[in-house]
Amino acid sequence: MWRGLLKLTWLELKIFLREPLGAAGTVVVPVVIFIVLGRLGGSRLSAGPMVETKFLAVAMPVLVSVLIAISAVLSLVTIISVYREGGILKRLRATPLRPPTILLAQVLVKLLLTAATLALTVLAGRRYYPVGAQVPLAGFTVALLISTASVLSIGFVIASLVPTARFAQPVGAVLLYPMLAVSGLFFPVAILPPVLGVIAGLLPMTYAVSLLQGIWTGESWVSHAGDIVALGVICVACVALSARIFRWE
Amino acid sequence: MTPPVIQIAGFRKTYGSTVAVHDVSFEVNDGEIFGLIGPNGAGKTTTMECIEGLRAPDRGTISVLGLNPVRDVYKLQERIGVQLQEAQLQKRIKVWEAVDLWASLYRRKTIDGDRLLDQLGLGDKRNAWFMTLSGGQKQRLFIALALINDPDLVFLDELTTGLDPQSRRTIWELVRGIRDRGKTVFLTTHLMEEAERLCDRVAIIDHGRIVDIGTPARLVARHCPVRTIELASADEAAADRFRAIAGVEAVTRQGTRFTIRGCGDDLVSDVIQCLSEHHIRVTDFRTVIPTLEDVFLTVTGHSIRD
Repeated sequence: MWRGLLKLTWLELKIFLREPLGAAGTVVVPVVIFIVLGRLGGSRLSAGPMVETKFLAVAMPVLVSVLIAISAVLSLVTIISVYREGGILKRLRATPLRPPTILLAQVLVKLLLTAATLALTVLAGRRYYPVGAQVPLAGFTVALLISTASVLSIGFVIASLVPTARFAQPVGAVLLYPMLAVSGLFFPVAILPPVLGVIAGLLPMTYAVSLLQGIWTGESWVSHAGDIVALGVICVACVALSARIFRWE
Repeated sequence: MTPPVIQIAGFRKTYGSTVAVHDVSFEVNDGEIFGLIGPNGAGKTTTMECIEGLRAPDRGTISVLGLNPVRDVYKLQERIGVQLQEAQLQKRIKVWEAVDLWASLYRRKTIDGDRLLDQLGLGDKRNAWFMTLSGGQKQRLFIALALINDPDLVFLDELTTGLDPQSRRTIWELVRGIRDRGKTVFLTTHLMEEAERLCDRVAIIDHGRIVDIGTPARLVARHCPVRTIELASADEAAADRFRAIAGVEAVTRQGTRFTIRGCGDDLVSDVIQCLSEHHIRVTDFRTVIPTLEDVFLTVTGHSIRD
């Protein structure tokens, strides 16, 4: 069933890093953003008022992490639509490779890059974020990968819907970034208008933010079991949906 | 005699309300180059992709190497090699990486990738990115990928479309080489010259229906039996002599140029014999034999380029 998965994943990783903006766009940019933000805000960590400190110490790292996840998803949507438009998906499918293998290889590449970006960001941020050094990094990485996987599943639904590769990036961005606004990262979900509250409850970003903030601040996995279940359900639902509507050509 | 490699009967395929293929039946024999020829949109690719198991037919039965392409698609893929129309690979995949990936996908023993690339003239392109290859090199790479699992049956869809005449000839040689190694080749083309030079047998498809099947020579004999001989001679009495030859249907004369039309395999030799018997001096002589292009025009009522 999974014959060729490792080889294809490795190959796709290499191919992605050969893109002129491949490594720079996904790995370097988030790290640079993090350093710049850290420079601007890092010195205020201890001195500033409580609210500001909390934003810088918790929301900001979570925001950067979620942005890493979103950029991975946008990249996935783009690659899938470019591969479809160029007949690459069709060509790969006309081999003994099973269809899920072809797509899972892309997911694994994105998860690997997400983990690598996070690791680099943390290393870069140590100087400005003494707080960051004490967070359960391994746990946070796992939480980010779970979140990314769930948002990636939405990426497959988007990739099924976008008509051409040209629209992949903008359509993905328009759908994904607003999810952040109601995710609870900037305001608690509880104070949102009811309609937005319901929408927030359906979006993976909301649970991802809750999970990431919780793990970052040292809360237990058990207290976030609900978030993980929700992310899992959304992931399964999106995979099932895109399995029905996904177009190979 | 070995059973047919491909058997397809009563095959029909629709996309929404468009009928791509109405009713197609034919057989492909072991070890031949079989061509499905027709204009763009005639149903060639649809038919080929259903035989490959990439699409499911709406009606009819298809058997390939004794397998059902829909039900046994993974078993079938082990034993066939496929080149798709207008396919691409990842822009920045290297030639050797593609061959290496493909080779790792098959359970059966694959052939040596490096030697294959050398045979196809891609040896010095092993480390080149796919996007840097020329059209002909890309097609040769796709041939390599189609051959890597040493398949019994090879599918080539519009293999030489968009290539220059030089690359086209190189690729024809390669395809003949595939057959000479005992494999069966099923190809589609809208180039009648390609079909005529390459195919042992062809099926003409138009608007989703098979119009006729046979060797190129037999199709020409069946549908365009009229041969034309053009010659130049100052002998004014020649026209009557030509008209007396059996099988000659019409003789026209414009100045010193004669055009003789007629049927029958002996027509050319009969005309030559007539020339020598009557000591008719000829300064120019050529025969115009109809081609598959003419056959296509005759059987479908329109040119293949329309």
